[in-house]
Amino acid sequence: MSIEATASGEGMPERKSWRRRFRALFLRSEALRGYTLLSPTMLVMAFAMCLPFIVMVLMSFWTQKGFDIDTSFTLNNYQEAIDGPIYEALLFRSLMISGTCTLATVLISYPMAYYVAFHVHKRKLLWIILMTLPFWTSYLLRVFSWKIILGYNGAINSGLKALGLIDQPLEFLLYSPTAVIITLAHAWAAFAILPIYVSLEKIDRSLLEAAADLGEGPVGRFLRITLPLSLPGVIAATIMIFIPTVGDYVTPALVGGPNGLMLANIIEAQFGRINNWPMGAALAITMLFVVAAVTLIYIWITRKLTARIA
Amino acid sequence: MSGDESYIQISDVSKHFGPVVAVDNISVSIARGEFFSLLGSSGCGKTTLLRMLAGFESPTTGEIYIDGLPMSEKAPHHRPTNMVFQSYAIFPHLDVRQNIAFGLRTEKVSKEEANSRVDETLELVKLTGFGDRRSNELSGGQRQRIALARALIKHPKVLLLDEPLGALDKKLREEMQIELRSLQQSLGITFIFVTHDQEEAITLSDRIAVMSEGKALQIGSPKDLYNTPVSVEVADFIGQMNFVDAEVLDVKSGVAVIDTSGLGKVKIPTSADFAQKGARGVVAIRPEKLKISEKKSGALKNAVEGTLKSASYYGNRSHYHVTVEGSDQPMAVASQEVDIASGNTLDSDTPVWLSWEDGALILLPQPPA
Repeated sequence: MSIEATASGEGMPERKSWRRRFRALFLRSEALRGYTLLSPTMLVMAFAMCLPFIVMVLMSFWTQKGFDIDTSFTLNNYQEAIDGPIYEALLFRSLMISGTCTLATVLISYPMAYYVAFHVHKRKLLWIILMTLPFWTSYLLRVFSWKIILGYNGAINSGLKALGLIDQPLEFLLYSPTAVIITLAHAWAAFAILPIYVSLEKIDRSLLEAAADLGEGPVGRFLRITLPLSLPGVIAATIMIFIPTVGDYVTPALVGGPNGLMLANIIEAQFGRINNWPMGAALAITMLFVVAAVTLIYIWITRKLTARIA
Repeated sequence: MSGDESYIQISDVSKHFGPVVAVDNISVSIARGEFFSLLGSSGCGKTTLLRMLAGFESPTTGEIYIDGLPMSEKAPHHRPTNMVFQSYAIFPHLDVRQNIAFGLRTEKVSKEEANSRVDETLELVKLTGFGDRRSNELSGGQRQRIALARALIKHPKVLLLDEPLGALDKKLREEMQIELRSLQQSLGITFIFVTHDQEEAITLSDRIAVMSEGKALQIGSPKDLYNTPVSVEVADFIGQMNFVDAEVLDVKSGVAVIDTSGLGKVKIPTSADFAQKGARGVVAIRPEKLKISEKKSGALKNAVEGTLKSASYYGNRSHYHVTVEGSDQPMAVASQEVDIASGNTLDSDTPVWLSWEDGALILLPQPPA
């Protein structure tokens, strides 16, 4: 006690010291400096993400009564979200469509990224920009252009008919899960190409020469060096496509037809036509947890897998 | 089957990259078990030649034979060579054991054999106990050993080394030089070693090819290159050398009488084609073959007077720079005697005598301007 008393007694005058003390703390603490740099983003996040999210969580425990909302606590919405077979089916379909779309996108994007990374030596940037060209137009325009391509009298059907390959237009092309997958895969390809390209570009070419020198042919080199070393990019790509596409509702609404509807369409309807915001909130939060769980399990599995390959 | 003397045959090999000639018509035979170095400054084509041996580049013209077989049709993964890369190229996603065992998969050896071979190789490069480390947990010297072990486990007929010691500090480099040499001798593998470090090449090699601008200037044992260089470039590259301009006055029964600017009139036995009466050339002498003294003693046949410009004493040896009349460049003198017979060190700007034995001078052709 006495030591403290003398210390503060001998210390600097109160007024001057707090600014100085903050300055000293600021210079000493790396965490404080970090938070200061982050603060604009954190403010936006707090108001645009955290607050609405809290409102959503609260609302999911309420009940819609006509045009009013009963704010007494209830788990009925979640009960319905889990029990209602339609929601489960739609959630499952969302995961399937989005999963297939993710897989298709990565499979399409990998060769493109590989080509640019390994076989293009001049103007790589131009190639990358051209590949991300779909992003230069509006999302809706891209979806509509697929409608034109896939439609009943669309480019593919009339082309096949003109070639005499089919008599009747193929009906499964548009208004089906396939149409949703094709449209989404095209729309999100750039998000797969970029991370995969970056991870391929980073691979030291002498590693591939070393593998060749040690007796591995082209296939062995790809499987033992290129693929494992590009996995971080592939994993990043899958997550970056899976999470946004699983919650997409514009594409299924425009090209999905009744069989291509996804859970997000129902959620959108709850906030719109059906006008049951609490139910919509409960569905959205259920979906959030399912997607988070799926993603975490995926990350965990890929970690294990890459650790084994490595 | 070709004989041991031409186990590897590089025959009229050139490599062009567009308008750039990286390797210019090189022919050389390398014997089985030889430690052969490609020595030259960066951009001289030594690495390109090595990469052609490994199969990463194909010769524009010419052919490489290993053990009598032409290599041009063989991809790198089918060649009896293995390479130690300058960057080591350690696979970052694999641990030390997996790195070393990498090349065994295609040899289809059993798991037990693979394990015992990895253990053996780890022991050979003194890395036992490091098997489960990742490459980022290792020092430069250890990474270098892994790169070596990974190649050696394949029991290659030819080991190609691309400046393998370049990234190591001096002490470690000298240790690894000794280890490399003893490894090469005990395994009997043919080593082809690329380096820009002439000391390293001289210490390690049985023979050296000195390269410049894609050409092999001279191929020979370190002793040959040091004692009888064929050109000013080689003489300058291997060790230190004093040069003075010279003009051939006469050639009689294999001995050229030469007027030098700085060393006076000298006689040098020569059989070189250019050594004709009236030809211009360069006379060279190693710093350690020049003797320095304060007085001209009667016994000295070949001597010239000069002025001492600077002297550095290193304990067991001393270096001097002496200007002589007729030469712009001061002559470098290296002496094992710490100081002159009197026991005193020499002061700058004192007159001194330089002398040399018969046979110390080398007559070289005038370098192209």
